[in-house]
Amino acid sequence: MIDALINLWVQFSHAMMATARDILPIAATIIGFQLLVIRKPLKNPKKIAIGFFYVMIGIALFLEGLELALFPLGKLMATQLTDPEFINAGDVLNWKDYFWVYLFAFCIGFSTTLAEPSLLAVAIKAQEISGGAIKSWPLRLAVSFGVAFGIALGAYRIVIGADLYLFIITGYIIVVFQTIFSPKMIIGLAYDSGGVTTSTVTVPLVTALGLGLSSTVPGRNPLLDGFGLIAFASLFPIIAVLAYAWFAEHRIKRKTS
Amino acid sequence: MSLARIPFLKQLISSFFDLAPILAVVTIFQLLVIRQPIPDLTSLLFGTLLVVVGLTFFVQGLEQGLFPIGESMAYSFAKKGSLMWLLIFAFSLGFATTVAEPALIAVGDEAAKVAAQGGMIENNDQSMKSYALGLRLTVAFSVGLAILIGVLRIIRGWPLPYLIIPGYIGIMIMTIFAPAEIVGIAYDSGGVTTSTITVPLVTALGVGLASSIKGRNPMVDGFGLIAFASLTPMIFVMAYGMIL
Repeated sequence: MIDALINLWVQFSHAMMATARDILPIAATIIGFQLLVIRKPLKNPKKIAIGFFYVMIGIALFLEGLELALFPLGKLMATQLTDPEFINAGDVLNWKDYFWVYLFAFCIGFSTTLAEPSLLAVAIKAQEISGGAIKSWPLRLAVSFGVAFGIALGAYRIVIGADLYLFIITGYIIVVFQTIFSPKMIIGLAYDSGGVTTSTVTVPLVTALGLGLSSTVPGRNPLLDGFGLIAFASLFPIIAVLAYAWFAEHRIKRKTS
Repeated sequence: MSLARIPFLKQLISSFFDLAPILAVVTIFQLLVIRQPIPDLTSLLFGTLLVVVGLTFFVQGLEQGLFPIGESMAYSFAKKGSLMWLLIFAFSLGFATTVAEPALIAVGDEAAKVAAQGGMIENNDQSMKSYALGLRLTVAFSVGLAILIGVLRIIRGWPLPYLIIPGYIGIMIMTIFAPAEIVGIAYDSGGVTTSTITVPLVTALGVGLASSIKGRNPMVDGFGLIAFASLTPMIFVMAYGMIL
C-alpha cells in the first residue's frame, strides 16, 4: 500500500514536471512581453499566478488519472477489438467484419471529446461572449458527434485501404459549401472547433486504435496507414458545428415566420 | 472564501458528468463485447477521481489565470497601438507554445521513421534526429506565422473564410505533389499543435483583441486563431517533405 502510494507520488511529480516544462516557454513569453514591451503592472498578479498554478495541478492530475485508469484499458481494448482472433472472419476479410471496431471508434471519439479540456475552454468562452446565444453543452455535443463520426469513418478507411486525401478533400469541399450558407457568427467558432478536439484525451486513444487497426488488417502498413485518424477528428467537427448552426437558425426562422 | 466553495463543488459534479461517458463506453465494451472482467478496478476508480479533480482545477485556473492574462495582454497591446510589437508577440506565442509540445515531438519521431523507411533520408540515427528536429521547428514556425496572420486578420477585419478556404485549396494542390509518405503525417500535424494551455490563451487573446478594437465583433472576428494554427502546419509539413 505504501509502495503504491510512493509510486503514485513519483509519477505525479513526473507529470507535474512535464506540465511545468510545457508552461515554461509560454510563461516566459508572457512575462517577457509584459515587462519589456507593455511595461505596465498586471492588475491581479497574485490571482493570475495562482490561476496558472491551478491549471498546472489540474493538467497534471488529469494526465495522471488518465494514465492510471483509462489509457491502459482503452489501448488494450483497441488492440483486442482489432485482433484477428476477435474479428473471427473467414479467409476473405470483409469490411463488415469490423463492425465492433467502428462502433468502438464512434463511442470512444464521442466520449473522449466530451471530456477534452481545450474544447471545454472554448465552449465556456463562446457561451460567455455570445451572451448565452451559443450554449456550451449543445456546442460540445455537436463537436463530439463530429469527432465520433470522423473517427469511425477513419477506421473504415483503414480497413478498406482507401486513400486518405480523397476523404479529406471531400470534407473540405463540404466545409466550403456549408460556409456559404452558414450564419457569419458561427464560422470562426466552427473552424476553431476542429483544432481543439484533438489533444490530451483523444490523441493517445485514437492513435492506439489506428496503430492496432493498421497492424492487424492484412495489407496495411502501420507506418503509412496508421496516420490520418487525427485529421478526420479535426475535420468532421467543423462540418458538425456548421450543420448544427444551420439547423438551429432554420428552426428559429420557422418559429418566427 | 466560503462562497467560492459552492461553485467548486458544482464544477466537481459537472466534471464527473463530463467524464462519465468514457467510463460507460469502456465498461460496456469490456464486459459485453470483449467479455473480459475489468483488469484493475481500484486503479480505474482512483484514476477517474484524479481526472475529475484535475478537470475541476483546470477550469478554475482557466477563469482565474489563462483567460484574464490573455485578455489583459490583448487590451494592453490594443491601447499601446504598436502593431509591430503585437505581431511579434503573436508569433512568439505561437512558436513558443508549439516547439516544446510533447505530441509534436512524438509525431516528429514517427515521421522520421517513415521517411527513413521510405528512403527519403538515410536510415541512421543522425539523419533521423535532424529530420525530426527540422520538422518540429518547421511546425513551430508555421504556428507562429498562423497566430501572426490570425491577429492581423482580427485587426484588419478580414472575413475568416477568405483566408481559410484558399488555405484548403493550397493543401489540396500540395497533396498532389507531396510525397505520399508525408501526407498522412502532414494532415495529422494540424491536429496536434494546439495544446490544452495554448487553446484558452490564444482564444482569450483573439476575443480580447476583437472586443477592444472598434468595429470588431468578438463572436465574428474573435475566433479563428486556432483554425489558422491547425491549417498552416499541414502546408508547411508538406512543403518540408517536398523540399527534403
